[in-house]
Amino acid sequence: MEVDSNGHGHTGGDWPNRWSHLSQVLTRKGPFSHPNFQAGPETLSLVRDMVRLCIIGAGGLGCELLKNLAYMGFRNMHVIDMDTIDVSNLNRQFLFRPNDVGKFKAEVAADFINRRIPGANVKAHNGMIQDFDEDFYRQFHVIICGLDSIVARRWINGMVLSLVTPGEDGQPPTGVIPIIDGGTEGFKGHARVILPGMTACIECTLDLYPPQVNFPLCTIAHTPRLPEHCIEYARILLWPKENPFGGEETSIDGDDPNHISWIYEKALERANHYHITGVTHRLTQGVVKRIIPAVASTNAVIAAVCAMETFKLTTSCADPLNNYMMFNDSEGIYSYAYEAEKNEKCLACSRRTQTLNFGKTKKLQDLIEYLVNQASFQMKNPGLTTNIEGKNKTLYMPNVASIEAATRHNLKKTLDELGLTSGSELVVADSTSPRPLIVKLNLED
Amino acid sequence: MLNLFSLKNEQKEQGGDGSGSGGATKGKKNSAAQLRITKDINELELPKTCRTEFPDPDDLLNFKLLISPDEGFYRGGRFTFSFKIGPNYPHEPPKTKCLTKVYHPNIDLDGNVCLNILREDWKPVLTINSIVYGLQYLFLEPNPEDPLNKEAANELQANRRLFEQNVHRTMRGGSINGVYFERCLK
Ligand SMILES: [Zn+2]
Repeated sequence: MEVDSNGHGHTGGDWPNRWSHLSQVLTRKGPFSHPNFQAGPETLSLVRDMVRLCIIGAGGLGCELLKNLAYMGFRNMHVIDMDTIDVSNLNRQFLFRPNDVGKFKAEVAADFINRRIPGANVKAHNGMIQDFDEDFYRQFHVIICGLDSIVARRWINGMVLSLVTPGEDGQPPTGVIPIIDGGTEGFKGHARVILPGMTACIECTLDLYPPQVNFPLCTIAHTPRLPEHCIEYARILLWPKENPFGGEETSIDGDDPNHISWIYEKALERANHYHITGVTHRLTQGVVKRIIPAVASTNAVIAAVCAMETFKLTTSCADPLNNYMMFNDSEGIYSYAYEAEKNEKCLACSRRTQTLNFGKTKKLQDLIEYLVNQASFQMKNPGLTTNIEGKNKTLYMPNVASIEAATRHNLKKTLDELGLTSGSELVVADSTSPRPLIVKLNLED
Repeated sequence: MLNLFSLKNEQKEQGGDGSGSGGATKGKKNSAAQLRITKDINELELPKTCRTEFPDPDDLLNFKLLISPDEGFYRGGRFTFSFKIGPNYPHEPPKTKCLTKVYHPNIDLDGNVCLNILREDWKPVLTINSIVYGLQYLFLEPNPEDPLNKEAANELQANRRLFEQNVHRTMRGGSINGVYFERCLK
């Protein structure tokens, strides 16, 4: 039994007027309502009982998101994060307390919300997003990302795109799970809504995510001016040369105090030589781990926008953001929304998938000839790769001499012998198309 | 626009368990980086002075590039570069090192290469081909303005003839300023 703030406990966790703020919006139509919007109490129960959300990341944005969404009435939420709580998180990741340090973020965050907000049913997953398969992600209606990693964003983007089934004969696609992506870097942030296959995806707009700062190597090597140049000198040029911790090229671990101290001392030495000030232990760790200071207020703004977009998408009470909002509060407040455009050459969302029925005793050579001769393909010189049990395999690549020689023997093998099965996806790259074609095999006897 | 309201009906049909249809294809997926590198490699248009070597043809993320310039200071030499492509390609550039010890203003004695598109000017629209051409250009037009090997750069600026002699001496297998360079003539 939960005890709510009014002192009366009941399992539903509801009390009179608990949802009056939502009813204002959901029980009547407004001038900005979406045509699909149906005013009435059903929409509220939709939010509370039916919608399932997946929140990726339980850090600065994730804590805000979970709190906002739970107070907005969403109950069924899963949160995924592989990280544990560090003492430096406590200033802004407000679901964590000093004695939570070392515990999993997802677990502590979920427990906090479930204890604090009656009716909330947050399930924690202490692990990586890559640990889960299509069936897991398919259960959600919206996926909300509060991530700081581009790799993770690209992975989840690829995952939701693979869940979309294009509609036939002009019908809308099915299996569309929107991604709401929030991101912050210091005083800058963005929120965006991605309808996979329909609007610009993460890969379409990879340029929008700031690349990591890389200084020219010659500056680092000969004309340092900034403390960062000295740290990069120690990290990039001295470390591989001196390999201070022995073994076979030990790579730098930003969490290993010995590694950081070594880089710090070498950087300081260099800074003194060039009369550069500002190399500190803290800056060293910041540069090595590429830490950008997190600002709690930026996280709060971006998470609020993301929660609002989740609410709009699930209830249709208003048009969603179309589709990218940037925010900057480093000097005053600047915000701008625009429609990021789909990239027609995008390898992820404009990817063409085609199912191909082929005999499993046919040879790879036959398949390639089919791709060249068949009117619907008309390829010139296709290169084929695939993935067998999680391992990449190059089947044949005619344009690169060394690979051609190494894979030529595959031409004579049957698809079966090559380890291909029904459902295997071949990546077919050919000069006739800017995008590789994904061929999904359906092998027949 | 999306109509999530229809999920009410969808829920009834599925008995509320939310699990959809369609078999999982776990472990059969090709990552975005993998798709992109497959395309990059398949579309490599190498100048006749370059070739690639893939120690493991199934691993398109790690390979070597051999450049044998047919003009300029480095004519007749052969220089090997290693390419390592990370999971964040093309958001991040490949890691490239010169495995052949070379007397060159923009390549240091540890094989680090100073080429803008490998670091500060990398953009996701660039490809492996762009880097190949960039590296080839370094051998045709070594740039003393952005030195990584300062002695070589100074020499190139002060006395081109002597620089050229130094290049030839090192390519034949010889020492400059007490540093030995292994022979790399073809
Ligand atoms: Zn896209």
